[in-house]
Amino acid sequence: MEQLLRNIFDNNIFVFTVTAILPLIWIVPYALVAIWLERKISAHMQDRLGPMRTGGWHGWSQTIADMLKLLQKEDIVPAAADKILFNLAPYIIFIAAYAAYAAIPFSSAYIGADINVGIFYIIAVTSLAVVGILMGGWASNNKWSLFGAMRAAAQIVSYEIPSVLAVLAVVMIAGTLSLQEINNLQTGWFWNWYVFQKFPFIFVAFIIYFIAALAEVNRVPFDIPEAESELVAGYVTEYSGMKFAMFMFAEFVNMFAVSAIAATLFFGGWNSPFGDFLGGPIWGVFWFLSKGMVLVSIQMWLRWTLPRLRVDQLMYVSWKVLTPFAFACVIAVGLWMML
Amino acid sequence: MTDIFETSIKTSTGKALRREEMVINMGPQHPSTHGVLRLEVVADGEIVIDVIPHIGYLHRCFEKHAENMTGYQQVVPYVDRMDYCAAMNMDFGYVLAVEKLLGIQVPERVEYIRVIMAELQRVASHLIAAGTYGLDIGAFTPFLYMFRERERILDLFEMTCGARLLYNYMWVGGVSHDLPPGFIDKAKDFCQYFKPKIKEYNDLLSYNEIFIKRTANVGVLPGDVAIAYGCSGPVLRGSGVDFDLRRDDPYSVYHKFDWKPEIGKGEMGAVGDCWDRYIVRIREMIQSINIVEQALNQIPEGDVATAIPKRIRPNAGDVYVRTESARGELGFYVISDGTAKPFRIKARSPSFVNLSVIPEISRGGMIADLVAIAGSLDIVLGEVDR
Amino acid sequence: MTHQEISEKIKLQFPQAIIETKFEGVVDPYVKIIPEQIFEVMLFLHVDENLKFDFLMCLSGIDTGKGNLGVVYNLFSMTHRHKINIKVEVPKEKPEVPSITNVFPAANWHEREAFDLIGIIFTGHPDPRRILMPYDWEGHPLRKDYKTPEFYQGMKIPY
Repeated sequence: MEQLLRNIFDNNIFVFTVTAILPLIWIVPYALVAIWLERKISAHMQDRLGPMRTGGWHGWSQTIADMLKLLQKEDIVPAAADKILFNLAPYIIFIAAYAAYAAIPFSSAYIGADINVGIFYIIAVTSLAVVGILMGGWASNNKWSLFGAMRAAAQIVSYEIPSVLAVLAVVMIAGTLSLQEINNLQTGWFWNWYVFQKFPFIFVAFIIYFIAALAEVNRVPFDIPEAESELVAGYVTEYSGMKFAMFMFAEFVNMFAVSAIAATLFFGGWNSPFGDFLGGPIWGVFWFLSKGMVLVSIQMWLRWTLPRLRVDQLMYVSWKVLTPFAFACVIAVGLWMML
Repeated sequence: MTDIFETSIKTSTGKALRREEMVINMGPQHPSTHGVLRLEVVADGEIVIDVIPHIGYLHRCFEKHAENMTGYQQVVPYVDRMDYCAAMNMDFGYVLAVEKLLGIQVPERVEYIRVIMAELQRVASHLIAAGTYGLDIGAFTPFLYMFRERERILDLFEMTCGARLLYNYMWVGGVSHDLPPGFIDKAKDFCQYFKPKIKEYNDLLSYNEIFIKRTANVGVLPGDVAIAYGCSGPVLRGSGVDFDLRRDDPYSVYHKFDWKPEIGKGEMGAVGDCWDRYIVRIREMIQSINIVEQALNQIPEGDVATAIPKRIRPNAGDVYVRTESARGELGFYVISDGTAKPFRIKARSPSFVNLSVIPEISRGGMIADLVAIAGSLDIVLGEVDR
Repeated sequence: MTHQEISEKIKLQFPQAIIETKFEGVVDPYVKIIPEQIFEVMLFLHVDENLKFDFLMCLSGIDTGKGNLGVVYNLFSMTHRHKINIKVEVPKEKPEVPSITNVFPAANWHEREAFDLIGIIFTGHPDPRRILMPYDWEGHPLRKDYKTPEFYQGMKIPY
């Protein structure tokens, strides 16, 4: 990819900018579609139709209309808010979500930066979101926002541990932290995917990772930081207009990021499930995105089915259920590899 | 002796806050207070230390309105608007009180129609209660399933009296319209349609692991405390007290049907927790449907308007009549001075009394529990504030 | 237990308390007692083994329109399933009735409501604030001689 770009125009700034912007070409339409999809999925699950009018066919342009509306809205900053932090928070959250895409391999030919500590980098950079959430919650000068921010911070930090341990189990068999390498190791048929390796330990690790990922992106049943029936909207309570949209956007970007990481680590990333059938870099993008979207849809399905946990039960699940199981997986995989 | 941890900030009851505590206002505009209720919560982090309910945001002084009406019949629409989720039950209680004051015996067909309507209304009201309770806990989907069924009940009401929410259907001495042709078949169809739906709710919500975790052993209201605070209806029965006014202080024709009250048994935790209160409502829906089916089969023919008095002018005196509304004991204390205007009407609304227990059972829980408790009491602010 | 028997029992315990009893010719029989002893009577009704009134169904404040304010207590016993209505009357100039919140916690909000709307002062009430009207409202709307004020906080009231 880099070589291709250098052939067009040999300039570092040009090459890096294009490489950095490429994921946006996916993310922006993805977010528009995913928000529409979430509405449609929830509506059909709930015996409704969802948006039907805007744009004609099944209200396909509802999200675009919403975005235009949000752009025009008055940008309200509460009088008693800490203005700098308040304005900065949405961007930090979005940056943290977007930065993860730098090390996600979209296909065998395209990865933003094929660094040899890819997954480590992703884990590190996504936890920046906590800073943004805390900033937003604190700067809003609203008790409900503060509650939401405190909950979010506690939740994201706690769930990082089981998710990292689950990732560690994969990294141990792969022997590398580079996501492109991990993908290369899973080529061939779908039974080469790591989720089916060392059965059932990696499968359990995948479940743990997925649950922890739900918590990290604040989706039901772990959406207690924004729990609309308890905290109104948590740390986004005081945001309006485009800043609110940024939070929403970051949430959907995050949803896909964790799904993409799960797809890469456990489901062979851009590999075709059927050997060489529809293989190659171009189809690789298709496989990768479909795997990601399936996981995103599962997140939506859970979102509209389950109630929400309480904050202490959430901590219980993390520290007393997921973390020990994740440890057990790591140890079991380690022992298996020694045999 | 002064407490060095006390601050100069005071709650509205005059208690000084300690340093680690803060006051957080839940409401009057809050998604899970079910209306304009304000709960002044003294919290230590997420732990609720004390709750001070502030009500009256929806106060219309129904009682003053009633005194200024030209007659007893004109009060009925106002009564409708008290508990707008169970307007039929409200009407029922009020007209029974006035009829008792007048000494009217209504035709049997009217009694049956009233029971059918009141029980259908109870199902509709419990559907809202259970659905919004799911909403409070975070499950959005069951809410809409329950509203789907409620629509069918409202269709039946619309068919009968033209209104879907506030009916003005039960009049002193009778009902405004007889049952329309085809109503009985349609209502029977509905009963058949509705019964399997309960399993759907149970699968989706009642026996959901997270839902049980959120509600079992939360907001435990022991039976004796419930009685002392005057709680009634599903709240009282959820606490394991076997008391239902339809059986224990019988009115209308409830004694002709085969049914028994549902009580909380503490299946998932302590007796009287939120889950018990919730499941009592779910089971009462089946019970009500059974009563409706029996009533539909037994309903006699007749004229519904024969007992409606031309002018309502009760003798001087007072009466307290209580009925089992969807939320509990609905009492009307009516005083007549012998004129055509009510001298004084006091409504003992069940939500008002049930709500008064909330500080007692939410202390020591978490803010999320407070939401669960408020939802499980199933308050309607129109009735709390009147 | 019938109303007569309950009334006899009260009479036995508090010979001076009962002013008037009415069992015949009315829809709801009642016992009218003097306001000073209401707390003791209620406590007796609550704790006595044969009476055991544990459920306060309703507590209503009344403006009788003849210069008196009244309170009506509707009691029920969950154990024995019998009812009694107790009434008290106090003059409008000094509308003080002892609070029974310590006997029936259910009376707490009812008494606040009666104070708010009728203006009966319940002595010994643990939390004597208004409940339905705004905390700084003046007057008691359910009194028969109540005049709606022109303004509340600068807002015009009659609309």
